[in-house]
Amino acid sequence: MICDKTKQALQSLFPKATPEPAESSPAIPSSEAQEKKAKAPAPRQDGVVERDYAVHGYHLDAQVSPDQLLEAVSILDEAAFFIESITGVDWIKENQLEVVYDFSRYDFDTCRVVIRTRLDRNNPVVPTITGIYAGANWHERETHDFFGIKFEGHPHLIPLLLPEDADFHPLLKDFKA
Amino acid sequence: MNAPILLQPDETFILNVGPQHPATHGVLRVKMEMSGEYIVNAETVIGYIHRMHEKMGELKTYPQFLMNLSRMDYLGALGYSHCHVLVVEKASGIVVPERAEYIRAIMVELNRIASHLFWFGAFVMDLGGFSPLMYALQDREHILDMLEAVTGSRLTYCYFRFGGLYNDIDDDFIAAARRFIPRMRKSLKKYKALVTGNIIFRKRLEGIAPLTPEMCRKYGASSAVARGSGINFDVRRNEPYSVYPEFDFDIPVYHECDSLARYMVRMDEIEQSLRIVEQGLDKLPGGPIMPDKKPKIIKPPAGDYYQAVETARGSFGVRLVSDGGKNPYRLKLRSPTYSNMHLFDEACRGMMIMDALAFMGSLDLVIPEIDR
Repeated sequence: MICDKTKQALQSLFPKATPEPAESSPAIPSSEAQEKKAKAPAPRQDGVVERDYAVHGYHLDAQVSPDQLLEAVSILDEAAFFIESITGVDWIKENQLEVVYDFSRYDFDTCRVVIRTRLDRNNPVVPTITGIYAGANWHERETHDFFGIKFEGHPHLIPLLLPEDADFHPLLKDFKA
Repeated sequence: MNAPILLQPDETFILNVGPQHPATHGVLRVKMEMSGEYIVNAETVIGYIHRMHEKMGELKTYPQFLMNLSRMDYLGALGYSHCHVLVVEKASGIVVPERAEYIRAIMVELNRIASHLFWFGAFVMDLGGFSPLMYALQDREHILDMLEAVTGSRLTYCYFRFGGLYNDIDDDFIAAARRFIPRMRKSLKKYKALVTGNIIFRKRLEGIAPLTPEMCRKYGASSAVARGSGINFDVRRNEPYSVYPEFDFDIPVYHECDSLARYMVRMDEIEQSLRIVEQGLDKLPGGPIMPDKKPKIIKPPAGDYYQAVETARGSFGVRLVSDGGKNPYRLKLRSPTYSNMHLFDEACRGMMIMDALAFMGSLDLVIPEIDR
C-alpha cells in the first residue's frame, strides 16, 4: 500500500522516468533486458526501482541526484518513515562514491526504502538531511569519518568514531593503514 | 585553596561524565553543560573503543568474519550473529534445515533473557539498589552454563554457521532449558515484588525522560525505547524472519513514554522470550543441523542485500554489498543502540543529572556495540 504511494511520490521527482515506455510496449523490454545483460556494468540511471523483498530485503530502491536528495527524503519524512542508517560505498573503478540512506516504517505496512546518490570521488559533497531527520547527525558524521564525504550544512561535522585529529578515511578502497 | 567557586546566577559549567564512569557502563563520555543540577546542553562523545569492524568485514572472507559479530555486543551476541548469517544465506541462496532454525531461535531468545537480566541488575544498581544485580546474575548464570555446554563459550559465541549450526543440542540442554523456564518465572515474580513495586524505584522513573513517538522516529529508535513510547514495532513481528511466525508471543507496548515504561517493556519481554523457548522446545523438529548442499566457498552474487533482526537491544541490520567475490565489497552494520543513544543529547536537556543517568540506564547501552 504505502510502498505504491511512496513509489509514485518518488517517481514524480523524475519527470522523464524511464520505466514508462517499457510498460506501454512489451516488445522493447526484452531487447532492453538483453542489452543490459550484455553490458552489465553500465551506470544506472536515476530513478525508482522495485526490488524483490525476499531476495534483497528491501522494497524500493531510488537513485537520485544530490540536488534531489532533500526532496526525496522529505517525501519519506511526510510519509512517517524512520531513518535506519546512512552509509557509503566506494566505487573506485567508476571513480564515484555512493551515499546510501535506509528508511523503514514502524507500522505493519512494511516498506523498506533505500535512497542512494552518486558523487564524484574527487569532490564528494552532498547536502545534509539533519534538518529533516535530526537522527542523521551521527550517521553523517560517521560517513564523513569513513569516506570523507562532506555533508554540506551539517552543524557539527567533526570526527565521531575516529580520533579527533584523524585525517584519513579507512573505508576508501585505496586506504593503506 | 579549597574555597568554593561561586557561580553567577546565569553561569554554567562543563561536567564530563566518563569516559571512565560506572554509570556509563563502558567507555562513553558525555560532555554536559550544567546550570546547577540541571543539564543545559549535552554532547555525547563516542568512539573510544572503535575497532572498525566494517573494514575487517571487507578484508576477511565471509566465514572469517563470523566471530566478529559477537564482539560487538558482548551481552546479546547471538542476535547479531543471527542477522549476519541470515543475510549471507539470503544472498547466496543457502537453505537452512528447519531444526537448525529452531535451535537458533531458542538460543537467541535465551541470550536475550540473559542480556535483559544483566541490564535489569545494572539498571537497578545505577539507581542505588545493589542486591537485584546479584539475583539477576544468578539467574543469568544458568543460561550462560547452558549456552557454554552447546556453543563452547560464555559470551563471545561463534555458534551459527552459514546454513546451520556448529553443534547440535543434546538432551542435557533440553532438560536444563526445561528446568530453567519455571525457575525464571518464579524469579520474575520475585523481581516484581522486590523492584517493580518499590516506591523509591518508581519515583525515580515515573514521568521521567518522556520520549515522544515523533522523536523516536526522527532518530530511528527501536527496542524498548520505541516500545515504551507506544510504538508497536518489533522486527520479529513487522518483518518476520527465521521461524518466528511459528511462535505465539506478544509484543509488550507501553504508552507512558517514560523511563518506567522502558523498564516494564524489557521485564515483560523476558516472559515472552520464555514462551518462545518453551514453544521452540515443544515443536523442535528432528533432522540435520547443516544442509546437504552448500557451496564450498561462499560467493554471493553481485548486488546489495539487507537484513534486519530484533536483538536484545533493538533493530540490528546488516547491509551487504557484494561484487561476487570471496570478500564482501561493503558490510554495513547498523547497530540499534547507536540510534538509541543519539537521542540522549536532545532528550536530556533541562533534566536533572540524576534523572539523566537513570534515563541513560533505561536505554540499555552496550558501548562496544555503539562504537563497533
